[in-house]
Amino acid sequence: MVYSEAIREWYKNELQSIREAGLFKQERYIHAPQSAEIEVEFPEGSKLRRVINLCANNYLGLSSHPDVVRAAHDGLELRGYGMSSVRFICGTQDIHRELEDKLSDFLGTEDTLLFPSCMDANAGVFEAVLTEQDVMIADRLVHASIIDGMRLCRAMQDSFKHSDMGHLEEKLQEHQDRRVRMIITDGVFSMDGDLAKLDEIVKLARQYDAMVFLDDSHATGFIGVTGRGTHEHCGVLGEIDVITTTLGKALGGASGGCVSGRRELVELCRQRARPYLFSNTVAPVIVSGALKVLELITKTTERRDKLEWNTKYWRKLLGEAGFDVRPGDSPIVPVMLYNAKLAQDIARDLYDEGIYVIGFFFPVVPKGQARIRTQLSAAHEQAHLDRAIRAFTKVGKKYDILGKGKKEIVAMYGL
Amino acid sequence: MDDLRQTIRDYVIKEYVEEGDETEIELQTPLISGGIVDSFSMVSLKRFLEKKYDIQIPDDEATPEAFDNVERIAALVERIRQG
Repeated sequence: MVYSEAIREWYKNELQSIREAGLFKQERYIHAPQSAEIEVEFPEGSKLRRVINLCANNYLGLSSHPDVVRAAHDGLELRGYGMSSVRFICGTQDIHRELEDKLSDFLGTEDTLLFPSCMDANAGVFEAVLTEQDVMIADRLVHASIIDGMRLCRAMQDSFKHSDMGHLEEKLQEHQDRRVRMIITDGVFSMDGDLAKLDEIVKLARQYDAMVFLDDSHATGFIGVTGRGTHEHCGVLGEIDVITTTLGKALGGASGGCVSGRRELVELCRQRARPYLFSNTVAPVIVSGALKVLELITKTTERRDKLEWNTKYWRKLLGEAGFDVRPGDSPIVPVMLYNAKLAQDIARDLYDEGIYVIGFFFPVVPKGQARIRTQLSAAHEQAHLDRAIRAFTKVGKKYDILGKGKKEIVAMYGL
Repeated sequence: MDDLRQTIRDYVIKEYVEEGDETEIELQTPLISGGIVDSFSMVSLKRFLEKKYDIQIPDDEATPEAFDNVERIAALVERIRQG
């Protein structure tokens, strides 16, 4: 027997060590469409609880928007359910190309290629466009999928301290002998919610002859006055060489991602990127929904404006209540707790109060920087946030952390 | 602390410790298991050592364990330099 008892024991021990490290992930079952308020079964088998959702990437509240759902239905009727083929054999429909063109228009780029997910886009793009003569210089807090993609690429790897332009400049100077220098950054960093200094990055890129890569998954659709993304916010539309982003967050939240940017780079991905070549692309039903999403958010900025209002309001409420909040402009609002157990305990108590949030701690965030990450949505109404802050305040009082900063919280709970 | 250890320590501070961070780097301070250096950023340290001391550190020796503190890194460099 190949899967022997000894091997089974080994795997059981691996799982046990994940549990003992406090890193065992458990899913919570949601018995409703994704929205601002959801019915959740947790733990498994327990009674359903109606909670306010403050941890989805449903930034524009379009995940269950009736127009998007209707468009998806239409797509299902008109283009069927599946493609049963990769893109370059017989897996490309007219609507796939239409969505790629619409994404290029929206992002202000020359061309776009869809991928099954942004994880796949990041996994495939570097290997497709860089060689061993090149260097990739990444911000140290980029998303895990970028790190995986970089590891699959033969170009030299390097990194710079998070958003430290002086350090980036040193690295650009150090690598002047490489054929291509590619600066790699997220637009909005997923754990801290801060924005890349993209204007300064572009300036350095010009000065040191480098390309710029941007993963704008936590920005596309709502950052910038018309929601184009971090490049719009920073005034560098049209100057980013490669953008990857997702349809799995603000843009309807189903699944799918893309590489968008300079025509030749996108075309090289079409020729070489393995996740594109060897996997079916986004299903027609999702493509139809995403086309509707782009139509909605191009017509009006109402939803991103509401999200911005919600973000400011929520930050104000948390600040007034006395929470230690990471400053920033994005709808990712981290409430700092520093201690991992404290973050987990508070998240659990908030759940009991009807607020769905998650505590994050090492290795997802650096040691001693545990937090609860709250995420706003245009689907939230002011009443949701007012209810949420009452629960946060109640739990904050219980743990006596209101009005306290890092030093005091660490003195009480340790790191 | 000899020159080798001092050089490695200085590089670690310059390359990995954020400005304003009060973390002290001593010979035995856990770098990777302590969350100061992640395995992704470790690559620049390896390249620095190779360039500075004109050595090749085989990938299978550049493990998170071997790079976990200044003392271990120095010992690895010394061993490779001695051939």
